[in-house]
Amino acid sequence: MAEIAYWEAIRRAHDEEMAHDPLVIAMGEDIGVAGGTYKATSGLYQKYGSERIIDTPISENSYTGIGIGASMAGVRPIIEIMSINFALLALDTLINAAAKIRYMSGGRVSCPIVMRTPGGTAHQLAAQHSARLARMFMSTAGLRVVTPRGPLDAYGMLKSAVRCNDPVIIIEHESMYNMRGEVPDHEVFRPLEGAEVVRTGSDITLVGYNYSVHLCLAAAEKLASMGVSAEVIDLRALKPIDRDTIRRSVEKTHKVVVAEEDEAAVGVGAEIISVINEECFFALDAQPVRVHAADVPVPYARQLEKAAIPNADDVLAAALKVLGRV
Amino acid sequence: MNRDLLRSLVYDMLLARTFEERAAQEYANGRISGFLHLYPGEEAVAVGVLHAAEPADYVVSTYREHVHALARGISARQIMAELFGKKDGVSGGMGGSMHIFDGTRRFMGGYAIVGETFPIALGVGYAIAYRGLPEAVICFFGDGAVNQGTFHESLNMAALWRIPILFVCENNHYQIGTEIHRHSAVADIHKRACGYAIPAEKIDGMDVLAVYEAARRALDAIRNEGGPRFLEFETYRFRGHSMADPGAYRPAAELQAYLHDDPVDSVIRAAETADPTPGKQAPIRAQGSPPSPFRGPAWESLTAPDIESLRAEAAAVVDDAVRFAEASPAPTMEDAWHAFRRNRMPDGPSAP
Ligand SMILES: Cc1ncc(C[n+]2csc(CCOP(=O)(O)OP(=O)(O)O)c2C)c(N)n1
Ligand SMILES: [Mg+2]
Repeated sequence: MAEIAYWEAIRRAHDEEMAHDPLVIAMGEDIGVAGGTYKATSGLYQKYGSERIIDTPISENSYTGIGIGASMAGVRPIIEIMSINFALLALDTLINAAAKIRYMSGGRVSCPIVMRTPGGTAHQLAAQHSARLARMFMSTAGLRVVTPRGPLDAYGMLKSAVRCNDPVIIIEHESMYNMRGEVPDHEVFRPLEGAEVVRTGSDITLVGYNYSVHLCLAAAEKLASMGVSAEVIDLRALKPIDRDTIRRSVEKTHKVVVAEEDEAAVGVGAEIISVINEECFFALDAQPVRVHAADVPVPYARQLEKAAIPNADDVLAAALKVLGRV
Repeated sequence: MNRDLLRSLVYDMLLARTFEERAAQEYANGRISGFLHLYPGEEAVAVGVLHAAEPADYVVSTYREHVHALARGISARQIMAELFGKKDGVSGGMGGSMHIFDGTRRFMGGYAIVGETFPIALGVGYAIAYRGLPEAVICFFGDGAVNQGTFHESLNMAALWRIPILFVCENNHYQIGTEIHRHSAVADIHKRACGYAIPAEKIDGMDVLAVYEAARRALDAIRNEGGPRFLEFETYRFRGHSMADPGAYRPAAELQAYLHDDPVDSVIRAAETADPTPGKQAPIRAQGSPPSPFRGPAWESLTAPDIESLRAEAAAVVDDAVRFAEASPAPTMEDAWHAFRRNRMPDGPSAP
């Protein structure tokens, strides 16, 4: 068991899957000769060559489409989009084609692509480089959407995604590539669905995904020092959502806070609270609360960016509100 | 007149270099954050083109746009304050380095999504044509941007509808770490404009005088004959793609060769050279092309002390800009809401 960085975990998954199956290729801007913006493919160009690690022009919609076409003809492409903001340019091929090809063909043709892309705010990247947008992909039938919170899932979910016959969107995070965590030395496949209880507790449930799991964990730590036992759920997959794990937890704690880095409207929190309404409304003791970003494009100025984006203290404050302790 | 123009070009080149190098220092000092894309090496393009433009012309630019903004006359103070994320920044601290806007100077923004500027600039041009005004829009973009579908779509519509737009390609040979021959099937970018019947030229983008003349010709043609024009300027960035990129993928010899051709040094050399002298005459021009404003009887050189005083002035302006940016207050969340909501109603009072 070694402690490795998130980017190293992704790199290892690429390497293993490419070694395992000669039909696996990767494409994206600067992933080859330059080694990748996040180093997630570093050294692989030298190892696998330019036909398998493909440096693309800035043509997101078209190279995503190329990935889709190649996947329909037997190749298994992993597409890196440098930032989720640029994935917006590929929405046509992704949503109009990838998500629907199996369905439109009556189940006869599959489209096994993987798209990896970081969402999230980092350090003052400003309005056009700070989108989160998970909510947009999770609302599209026909896509799988997963959100690894650390190196183990980043590694094991990418491996599973490559072998999965559905189109899978892996949403990484600008601020997590250097985060370290343990990954076993032997090969591991992590499931593409199913939430995980990452901290057990009995008084309140904090739900997060990707980066916001870490905000929940930090808030749970503070709550523990105040004598409150918080359970933390990492959703792991935003599509499909694991309703059972959420229900079981809420039936135990009767209180819930959902933390998302994105704006609230039509978002993860809205979806989770709807699931709770449908699954276990009468188990609730208090109104659920969403922690989310301010409803503005992300400002550049440092203090404003901080003010606009939720942090662990915001999750703590929401929890105390739900607990009736403020 | 010509001497004033020359002086102003030299000054803007010096200001551009000084401003950008100072921005790099302030980034290292932690006073600027986020992505910072600098322009050293490419100054001649923005400075030359924008000196050829009229104040009523519009500009649409990229995330590497500080120098375009300076050359448009936006103050170094306001730009530096924006880089510092301060309230007195030209975008109020909301936009940062990549999103400089100044409606009063028709600077319609720096954009960070590669390729989105083509249709936006085209729309500005459409509005100009629709309103029958003698104006043009200048759209700056890099060599990497021409592989986005919007480029081809926009060139087609620009030609089809005879939009008064000047496409300005800043060909610095790199799309971050990917060299042009690895991202473009046709590396002579101006040739792509031929496919849409847009008159296009390739110009040495390290020579601000050549840039100025080419832009002048193109803008005159847009105003007199109508329709789009396309200029490709060959240039080079001396630094990495952004402050986060050391630029290690570039051969050292290549960088050295371009450093040798530094556009700031070149214009200073040219400005100090007395002209006309028999050996320095401009090449005979093709019949019908307008006379160069830099060559001929009215040409006068600048002296070394002239240059030194311009250099000192640029340094003082940048120092002052940093002091101004430091002293400016940080914007508040109230300012953010205000930025988002102001000017909502075309005729009524703006919302709080
Ligand atoms: C749609 C989109 N894809 C990718 C990026 C990331 N990116 C930013 S700049 C850049 C390279 C642009 O190269 P070029 O157009 O030559 O401009 P230069 O930076 O060289 O001035 C890339 C790939 C982006 N900002 N937008
Ligand atoms: Mg370039």
